[in-house]
Amino acid sequence: MLILECPCCGVMADETELAPGGEAHLRRHGPGSSDEDFEGYLFLRPNARGVHFERWRHAHGCGKWFLAARDTATMEVFATYSAQTAEPPQHVIDAIRAKRPDWSLVP
Amino acid sequence: MRRYSAFAVAREATRYHQGWERAWASPEPKRSYDAIIVGAGGHGLATAFYLGKNFGITNVAVIEKGWLGGGNTGRNTTIIRSNYLQDPSAALYEKSRSLFETMSQDLNYNVMFSPRGVIMLAQTEHEVRGYKRTAQANALQGVTTEFISPARVKEIVPIINIDGPRYPVLGGLWQARGGTARHDAVAWGYARACSDMGMDIIQQCAVTGVTREDGAVTGVETTRGHIATKKLGIVVAGHSGVLAEMAGFRLPIESVALQALVSEPIKPCMDCVVMANTVHGYMSQSDKGEMVIGGGADGYNNYTQRGSFHHIEETVRALVETFPMISRLKQLRQWGGIVDMTGDRSPILSKTPVEGIFINCGWGTGGFKATPGSGWAFAELMAKGHSPLTDAFGLERFREGRFIDESVAAGVAH
Repeated sequence: MLILECPCCGVMADETELAPGGEAHLRRHGPGSSDEDFEGYLFLRPNARGVHFERWRHAHGCGKWFLAARDTATMEVFATYSAQTAEPPQHVIDAIRAKRPDWSLVP
Repeated sequence: MRRYSAFAVAREATRYHQGWERAWASPEPKRSYDAIIVGAGGHGLATAFYLGKNFGITNVAVIEKGWLGGGNTGRNTTIIRSNYLQDPSAALYEKSRSLFETMSQDLNYNVMFSPRGVIMLAQTEHEVRGYKRTAQANALQGVTTEFISPARVKEIVPIINIDGPRYPVLGGLWQARGGTARHDAVAWGYARACSDMGMDIIQQCAVTGVTREDGAVTGVETTRGHIATKKLGIVVAGHSGVLAEMAGFRLPIESVALQALVSEPIKPCMDCVVMANTVHGYMSQSDKGEMVIGGGADGYNNYTQRGSFHHIEETVRALVETFPMISRLKQLRQWGGIVDMTGDRSPILSKTPVEGIFINCGWGTGGFKATPGSGWAFAELMAKGHSPLTDAFGLERFREGRFIDESVAAGVAH
């Protein structure tokens, strides 16, 4: 079972306590944007087989949103961190690099 | 190809079954083909089959990373139905269901199609209204379904409990010509027929790159060398995104794990397929006697072919209430498959931004039932550049907002 540490309340929460919220760090495109950008924002996802940044909500706990870096091929969790970030913070990138030296953050 | 028949069985019985030939050849790849299909699952092999049968294109290779039929073709719950709400879906799935009717004869291979009937249980008032609407839509589409009463459900499925406290049965959408088929046999039958037409099925050969020139495809790099082609069909389900990235475009797809399980075998007790969409569970009995149970999909991206235990628990807990007699059954095995989910839960059969590359993916949780129809329509798309069955399923529908919204597509949590 997938277990994530909620960075908001510090609880080690298993996935029955959590609600998945899809990919993290999406750049929002709203009214006035091009069709391509809007389609990309709504539908197109890297769908990585490997390192994946995603949103979670501690639904049956503190109720707050947070983000996680996880490997979709091995289910390994690298780090969980605050949702108030526009991109993965350095300590998360370092935690991933420690285990996946070849990995790089593709913009 | 030697045909399979009762006489062949009798002939071989007299000589210790030494005369059976291999069902398909395993040739070395040639340098180039008229068309290449990536992915030797049911959909890929069906596409190759109809390219040959309907359009006479037989200089075709089907390339497979693992072994044929080793992905989701061998991991589904084998249900066949076409009771969809939207017109484009109903047309495609009904074509597929109708092709299953004669598949064993067409392929000279027993795919054990069993039109035993499919019931989708209505367990909330909302579902009652929804399925009545679907029954009306199906009548207009020429798909034979009917909305039936709880008493009729009980008559068809005697083991069901229609007065459950949490999930009472309020009716059902009944498709009498739905059913099941032997999933491996579908892949094997197509493979044998393709091989017989002179097509090359190349297993243990992973595609590592797609070569392009002036925006058009020129071939694929594989672990067994470069193979040239002007027409490339990508039919790789959960790994579509990986292939699309090699070819230089993106897809509106996310991959998640969907699970199923089977019980120990028991005597025949249920001769149709029952889907309970409110509780995300569906069940049928295999010819071996196992109860085959399909569960819900995980809510997060995953490539592990495993899935979360609590989904199994939820599915079984709810099914036990609807089918009290399964409460003491032991689970024999459980597995997961990686399904490729699109934004509107409908598949993509489309041209791509790269000329000569066609993609068939996004079948999500309901791909097996579509195997022959998908192959039929995708072959037409590849051969002629368009097909009446695939026109609505283009990639551009996401940009243009022309969704084919099938929230009931497989009766599971998606």
